[in-house]
Amino acid sequence: MTDLAANDPLPKPKRDLAPILLPIALALLMIPLIGSTSSWLTLTVASLAMGMMIFIMASGLTLVFGLMDVLNFGHGAFIAVGAYVATLVLAPFAASIQADSLWMNLAVLAPAALLSMAVSGALGLVVERVLILPVYGQHLKQILMTTGGLIVAEQTLYALWGPQIIPMPLPASLRGSFIIGDVAIAKYRVLAMLIGLAIFIAIQLVLNRSKLGLLIRAGVENREMVEALGYRIRRLFLGVFMTGSALAGLGGVMWALYREQVHASMSDDLTVLIFIVVIIGGLGSIGGCFIGAILVAMVANYGGFLVPKLALVSNILLMVAILMWRPRGLYAVTSR
Amino acid sequence: MMILSGDPPKSRVLTLVLVLIILALAATPFLFPGAKALNVAAKICVFAALVASYDLLLGYTGTVSFAHTMFYGIGSYAIAIALYGMGPNWAAVATGIVTGLPLAALLALAIGLFSLRVAAIFFAMITLAVASAFQVLASQLSWLTGGEDGRSFRLPELLRPGTVLIPKDMFGVEINGRILTYYLVFAGSALMILALLRVVNSPFGRVLQAIRENRFRAEALGFRTVFHLTYANCIAALVAASAGILNALWLRYAGPDTSLSFSIMLDILLMVVIGGMGTIYGAVIGATIFIVAQNYLQSLMGVASKAADEAGLPLLPGLLHPDRWLLWLGLLFIASVYFFPTGVVGRLRYGGGKKTAGPSH
Repeated sequence: MTDLAANDPLPKPKRDLAPILLPIALALLMIPLIGSTSSWLTLTVASLAMGMMIFIMASGLTLVFGLMDVLNFGHGAFIAVGAYVATLVLAPFAASIQADSLWMNLAVLAPAALLSMAVSGALGLVVERVLILPVYGQHLKQILMTTGGLIVAEQTLYALWGPQIIPMPLPASLRGSFIIGDVAIAKYRVLAMLIGLAIFIAIQLVLNRSKLGLLIRAGVENREMVEALGYRIRRLFLGVFMTGSALAGLGGVMWALYREQVHASMSDDLTVLIFIVVIIGGLGSIGGCFIGAILVAMVANYGGFLVPKLALVSNILLMVAILMWRPRGLYAVTSR
Repeated sequence: MMILSGDPPKSRVLTLVLVLIILALAATPFLFPGAKALNVAAKICVFAALVASYDLLLGYTGTVSFAHTMFYGIGSYAIAIALYGMGPNWAAVATGIVTGLPLAALLALAIGLFSLRVAAIFFAMITLAVASAFQVLASQLSWLTGGEDGRSFRLPELLRPGTVLIPKDMFGVEINGRILTYYLVFAGSALMILALLRVVNSPFGRVLQAIRENRFRAEALGFRTVFHLTYANCIAALVAASAGILNALWLRYAGPDTSLSFSIMLDILLMVVIGGMGTIYGAVIGATIFIVAQNYLQSLMGVASKAADEAGLPLLPGLLHPDRWLLWLGLLFIASVYFFPTGVVGRLRYGGGKKTAGPSH
């Protein structure tokens, strides 16, 4: 045993760098396999952008699970709702979306994204109160309730907007690519990367540098102790849930713009992807979720380029490989 | 009593309802002539067995699997591909059965060993991921599965509608190959449901319930819970694949929409919960309610939607549109998880007051 003097700082927790190196190593490994540097760069940027979008959608899910042991199978509904709400703003202002001015485009896009976040956040409040509150601590019922919520949300979207696919064109100034040498980088991907990175940094700052984040992290670690210290963790959780829903809504808008279409079934496909990311990252870990999202996107992009047929099952293979290495995900946060 | 494995419905109303359903299903070809009624009845039979096998997982072990349609699809596709590739003969039927069933069991074993060690919630997510990958695989390997179009095939001579076994003047209804196929489906499903009743009332079934109630304690008592859960998963997969075989035989077709899609998985979940989890009988009731509603309530909704449309009401026509019937079932689902966690069967068996899930011993 080592003795610690009273004024010594606490020993720093050991940093676990292996998961961070994984996507970097994967990217470097791909250079010789892909051959041409320019297509490698394009693919890498594409996977980073896709990874950031997936991260935005998945971050709420992993935090909610970590903090309150609630797995929301209806998380995909927030994504679809976000995308649909954005069409409400984007459709009437189609003219300024098509105008070739970045500021005019952003003046429409930003309110659309904010409205989407507000609506999915508010929906998160309703879902938490109505569906999740009555079944705390019962996993089976949580899964059933939130799955039911997903069905209802999806069907309501169909009822309100109709079953057809709604086109959602990219703003004119975000179309096309930056050409640097012989490398083409789509403009929208750069924007998606910037937003994703900003959100990741914001979440990390809040979690690691603020009192709120301290409480959230403490709650992930030991809920009862935080409650015993007199904090209302229920309210904290509601806040996290709403933030997570709002982020899912934002992710939905970004994804819809990326695919340039909106459909309620997007929630089904993305739910699967998000679950894989959350499992890979380790339930409850934001850092793991970030790396997991980038890994999934990388495997999808590189795999799609090298072995198109393999891309269908690449996510599952990735998940199996990661879980063989670390059975509880890249970063095991909770003891559950 | 022997045939029900000592687990009778235990409620007069429930017994009456079950007897009525079974009699109606057994007599459908004679009571309700017409292709639609027979189709609905066959679907009820197949789904009753499928839902019962899902109940073995959800109701008796408390694990949520989203891969159940995958096993159902494996059965369907196995028989479809065999009959499509080898022609309409009984050797092809046998080939389909002996490839489909072991394949389903092996896959269930692999998934179980890989993911049942950890929490139930992990299992739910992993099965969801595997099932969606399988669905994509089935639609992409079009040389084998026919892709999105699926595979239509011809049945062996004996089971074709054109084969007249007993002419019309005997019972007033012509007994042809189609009706024989129906009774094959009926008998197969009934056998599977009785077998599942036997499983859940065996000592093995008791262990499963013990794991559901408290996995830690079951483990402390010396039961290898992973073994039991994986075993249950394999049995459920086998029954699901068999139900898939019956379904493909009835439809003479296997495709993504009829045997693999995620919406079938949701249908199964709805049926189990509405019927009553942890009671094999709930599967029969749930499947009957759901499928009858699916086939007959939708037309009613269409009428209501039109009426609302003509009255000029906003929103209501969209909400009442026949295609939106899942919306109402979803609401019913949430309400039944919340208010009647034991479903229709639990309600009838134990009355209103009791809140514990499943039978207590």
